[in-house]
Amino acid sequence: MDSKDGLARRNRRVVLAAFGTVAGMVGLSFAAVPLYAVFCRVTGYNGTVQTGGPAAPGAVEREVTVRFAANTHPSLPWRFEAAQNALPIHLGQQGLAFYRAANEANVPVEGVATYNVTPEVVGKYFHKTACFCFDAQTLQPGQSVEMPVSFWVDPAMARDPSTRDIHTITLNYTFFRTLADAERAGVLASAGPHVGRMGTQPTATR
Amino acid sequence: MAHPAHDTDHGHDAHHDHAPGFLSRWFFSTNHKDIGSLYIIFAVVAAFVGVALSMLMRLELQSPGMQFFADGQMWNVAVTAHGILMVFYVVMPALIGGFGNWFVPIMIGAPDMAFPRLNNISFWLLVPAFMLTIGSLFVGGTGTGWTLYPPLSDSQYQGGPGLDMALFGLHLAGASSILGAANFITTIFNMRAPGMTLHKMPLFVWGMLVTAFLLLLSVPVLGGAITMLITDRNFGTAFFKPEGGGDPVLFQHLFWFFGHPEVYIMILPAFGIVSHVLSTFSRKPIFGYLGMAYAMVAIGVVGFVVWAHHMFTSGISVDTRAYFMAATMIIAVPTGIKIFSWIATMWGGSLSFKTPMLFAIGFVFLFTVGGVTGVKLANAGVDVILHNTYYVIAHFHYVLSLGAVFGIYAGFYYWIGKMSGYQYPERWGQIHFWLTFIGVNLTFFPMHFLGAQGMPRRYPDYPDAFAGWNMVASVGAYISGISFLVFIYVVALTFLRKQKAEANPWGEGATTLEWQVSSPPPFHTFEELPRIR
Repeated sequence: MDSKDGLARRNRRVVLAAFGTVAGMVGLSFAAVPLYAVFCRVTGYNGTVQTGGPAAPGAVEREVTVRFAANTHPSLPWRFEAAQNALPIHLGQQGLAFYRAANEANVPVEGVATYNVTPEVVGKYFHKTACFCFDAQTLQPGQSVEMPVSFWVDPAMARDPSTRDIHTITLNYTFFRTLADAERAGVLASAGPHVGRMGTQPTATR
Repeated sequence: MAHPAHDTDHGHDAHHDHAPGFLSRWFFSTNHKDIGSLYIIFAVVAAFVGVALSMLMRLELQSPGMQFFADGQMWNVAVTAHGILMVFYVVMPALIGGFGNWFVPIMIGAPDMAFPRLNNISFWLLVPAFMLTIGSLFVGGTGTGWTLYPPLSDSQYQGGPGLDMALFGLHLAGASSILGAANFITTIFNMRAPGMTLHKMPLFVWGMLVTAFLLLLSVPVLGGAITMLITDRNFGTAFFKPEGGGDPVLFQHLFWFFGHPEVYIMILPAFGIVSHVLSTFSRKPIFGYLGMAYAMVAIGVVGFVVWAHHMFTSGISVDTRAYFMAATMIIAVPTGIKIFSWIATMWGGSLSFKTPMLFAIGFVFLFTVGGVTGVKLANAGVDVILHNTYYVIAHFHYVLSLGAVFGIYAGFYYWIGKMSGYQYPERWGQIHFWLTFIGVNLTFFPMHFLGAQGMPRRYPDYPDAFAGWNMVASVGAYISGISFLVFIYVVALTFLRKQKAEANPWGEGATTLEWQVSSPPPFHTFEELPRIR
């Protein structure tokens, strides 16, 4: 009898530890969301650029070419493009580039851009001091704007063995419609033919 | 417990004494053997649907052009349902819930699981989970693949309640697995008979112990990830939406942190079964017992740090790829230890090729094929080319559809006499084995060629150049489908023919505790704890 109670107690202890582990893992999976963002920001992982840092320290001799790419998500009725294809720049030198965006819809639309650089390893050396991408942008119907981005590339890049042979950096933006605006406009309900329930579109293969 | 000791070898007597009525025996069951039987029946029912879906898919792919499916979305719904059903409702219930519940307590000399009622809840959570998954097929389905990656799984691209239902189904199935895993860990740690030290535990129990730990650590992460997916879809959060500051690649990390251990969850119990069967039918103890046990532990541990090898094309840096590639290849070492120990167990043994042995040897052969292609796919550079081709399909069907399923069949034929009290018909068992072996190889081996030539997965149609091998694969699939029907026939014959199974039909090679109780075991085993020397 005594040992039976002992077993029940030991069983409870083990199963509570097991459920504690489960709770911990669920917690960790949610903690992964901010941790992943912090990890990317700190290490420049996935080409995450450095933002809000110090101003450019001054040019050194070494030069790289920065190329500019622009993408627009289909749910955003904007024309979005880089004003220049590429810009040669010295490491440590402050650079300024422009993007152009035009709202082609007949309602005001709010967009927000995600951004990174390739090759991904230079993320930790690429500094943005000011950028249109830090905030959501609202364009009135038909409005067209030039949007600036100012940046510099850390001269330390030329000393890092994993980045010193890189001569071209591509700065990439993808503009999305903000979630709040998408909800306001009800675009999900009137989305294009690539979106929707099964069977609503013809198949090209038939 | 108040009963004086009576002759429990007399099976009928034991049943007469204790078995409750039908409703309380099968619906409110707290008996590990009955719950194990329920799990096995459940797995066979789910397998019917899973196999039927694969037959539909092979019918469509038999020749180029669209034959049976209306569009790509419908195709993806079938592909996804096949994957989710086979993983969560066939392989896991059969191996873990079925054989695990039946034989873990008996093998360690315990009277039952530590928490019998929890065990009952584990099973009955699985039934609504299965119904949600099946139901989702009729309300739009889940056209994402079992990986559920956003943005394809966003409400924008997968409208309707189909995906949400499947996600809730996964939640329930996950809860069921977690409760079961906690139960197994408690049982194995606390309820071993006197003398049954961890290092004397049968390898199947070792496999189940490692599996339970993997479940406990990985399934909650899937739960978290799909919870975020559900809120992204329905409640306006942006965990995985870049426009709201989220990152879709994070979902891939979370999913594969679960998904990679999951493949070991499906194979480790099969490793255990195959070890028992090979040892029994070679009439030799297993070669390198401790190495076999700790190889499974090593596979479990290393299995948690290799997940990003599923994401070589998702944009990860070259250093990260190098690490995940090396870590993945290291898993070949403990797996190699197991393969060579199985061969060494058979070496010089007095082999008898009964049906379970055929399936076990088939397992070793097919798992090795799948393992070799796995090492090839682990190379990040090669994977960039082979990613999402039929080569990957061939690889994981060789380790799962052929590996895990052969393990299930080996366990079924090995233990059906013990579980039901009736021995299976040997001739039909052999026919079943050869049909399955030929069928699955004919189905999946050509997929290596198709994949290497660049045929992508998740499309219902393909260029004419791929027609030849697809026809071969479809013919193989039909043979496999027939072999599943033969299996059902074998089961029916076993129960209709009623050929009484002895307590130990396999002779001196079968040494674990389940062969020391009657066939079927009395309703309550080991009221008097056995003593292990």
